[in-house]
Amino acid sequence: MTTIANPTTTTASPPAPKRGLRLTPAALIWPAMLYLILTTQVPFFMTVYYSFFNYNLVIPDNRPFIGFGNYATLLTNPQNLQVVLNTVILAGGTLILTLFIGGAMAMLLNRNFPGRGLVRTLMISSFLVMPIVTAVVWKNMLLNPVFGFFSWVVASLGGQPVDWLAQYPMASVIAMITWEWTPFAMLILLTGLQSLPDDQLEAARLDGASPLQEFQHIVMPHWTQAIQVVVLMETIALLQVYGEIYGSTSGGPGLATTNLPYFIYQKAFAEYNIGLASAAGVITVILTNVLAVYLLRMINRTNQSNKGG
Amino acid sequence: MTTIPTNSMPVKRDKSRIKVRNTVLTVITYLVAIAFLFPLVWMFLAAFKTEAEAFASPPVFAFTPILENFKNALPSYFPALKNSLIAAIGSTLLAFVLGLPAAFALAVYPTTRAQGTLTWMLSTKMMPAVGVIVPLFLLFRNLHLLDTLPGLILMYTTMNLPLVVWMMHSYMTEIPFAIYEAAKVDGASVAQEFFGIALPLSTPGMAATALLAVIFAWNEVFFAVNLTSSDAAPLSVFISSFKTSMGLFWAQMSAAAALTVLPVLIFGWVAQRQLVRGLSFGAVK
Repeated sequence: MTTIANPTTTTASPPAPKRGLRLTPAALIWPAMLYLILTTQVPFFMTVYYSFFNYNLVIPDNRPFIGFGNYATLLTNPQNLQVVLNTVILAGGTLILTLFIGGAMAMLLNRNFPGRGLVRTLMISSFLVMPIVTAVVWKNMLLNPVFGFFSWVVASLGGQPVDWLAQYPMASVIAMITWEWTPFAMLILLTGLQSLPDDQLEAARLDGASPLQEFQHIVMPHWTQAIQVVVLMETIALLQVYGEIYGSTSGGPGLATTNLPYFIYQKAFAEYNIGLASAAGVITVILTNVLAVYLLRMINRTNQSNKGG
Repeated sequence: MTTIPTNSMPVKRDKSRIKVRNTVLTVITYLVAIAFLFPLVWMFLAAFKTEAEAFASPPVFAFTPILENFKNALPSYFPALKNSLIAAIGSTLLAFVLGLPAAFALAVYPTTRAQGTLTWMLSTKMMPAVGVIVPLFLLFRNLHLLDTLPGLILMYTTMNLPLVVWMMHSYMTEIPFAIYEAAKVDGASVAQEFFGIALPLSTPGMAATALLAVIFAWNEVFFAVNLTSSDAAPLSVFISSFKTSMGLFWAQMSAAAALTVLPVLIFGWVAQRQLVRGLSFGAVK
């Protein structure tokens, strides 16, 4: 109510002179655009530029132009292909798990039961935890082969102690990141479910629809947009996973959990190989954008068909 | 559509079956929630244990809580906290100064290019940090911005600016257009519309957006690790110093982690409704 008072005072003010120095709408947009161009576009073109040079910070004065040499090195070494594969497995595996667990949890939370609000609130917690905290807590207190909680659980069930991060490094990292990102999927999917009118479900039930039919014909069409938002946002974020790996496995053992961001970090800040790191950065950007543009197109298409129908 | 079952017997049986099913589903919900919460609870518990208890196998569930760990963690926690606060709040302010006018212009004076501009801003989020880190590192080194708070603020602003523009655009388009039109008839300038109408009417949106931006900056790891080392090291760098402690200081690590996580947890719980909108860039409300 009190906020409404403001516009009335504005309208009551005497007409301002039309001429003179005035802020134009375009002038309001430019600072933000310029800032983003300077801090994202310009450095990216510099990355592209560096990627064509054999440039190592250890020998800064000698940096010959080698064309696509860095790209050739990256794409012909089978070890590096494993890094690309790791990136995709990590992002894809986590995405699928979060969609299923988050979706199931969203359906469970879309019912009336005692403590629903509290459960919903507490469920988002793991998403709010700083990735590096997730990494050090999981690595030490949960996944430690001798003193970790999970090893104790396995041992009390009569199993052999497991060195999770050494024996199942990728699965452990995926589990860790799934723990972080499931609440995100759950929140978005729950909001999507809540936009579904109850009477539609009721009508279907009265018409004798089975739970499966109900899900397929009523829930799913309503859910598509929410699912696409989850897929798009998570794809962009999960291709950039860094803190969880930095804090837990450091990309190891060997290359087992090295993804593109961690690989670039190693090349640039451990080996000072600016040229190669830049080329890998360019490849990551291309990979992310191809996937994101494809997913965005898909979202726009469904939105349009929803509006049309 | 309205076939009401006439036989009452199956309805009764159905009802009790539904009741059992509901109870089972509720119990499953509780169990999943507990499982998801467990790593955090375990961490918070360890923060109040002695090192021996935190390290014990089999794990200790009953213990006398102590505050020793917090006392030990605090001296190195405070400088990192100060850096995190300055970086998070500073970058949020800068993102607001740059983003609010843009959001306003795109919402109130949408040209044919407005949607394209918004999409372009979102697309900068598709730029992985690794695609820009090398030149940024070299630039920062030459400009003496490495390991400084202004350097960190600059990068976090880049991260949060698209979020601020998108969220505030979505809130400002919800202000009834008639209010702007009435002001325009009275000859209000663009600046008067911005300061007199758009800003005061979108304060709840601004609060939610600020909360989210602070959370994202607070939790950021990549730029923090690669662009700072000691002087400007925020909490994420401080916590990562525990990754090589070989598990010798679990209780102290837990205390430091608890202090790092708790503010964001509280912020996130309070802002959970706006969280969905912010996380989906306004796509899901």
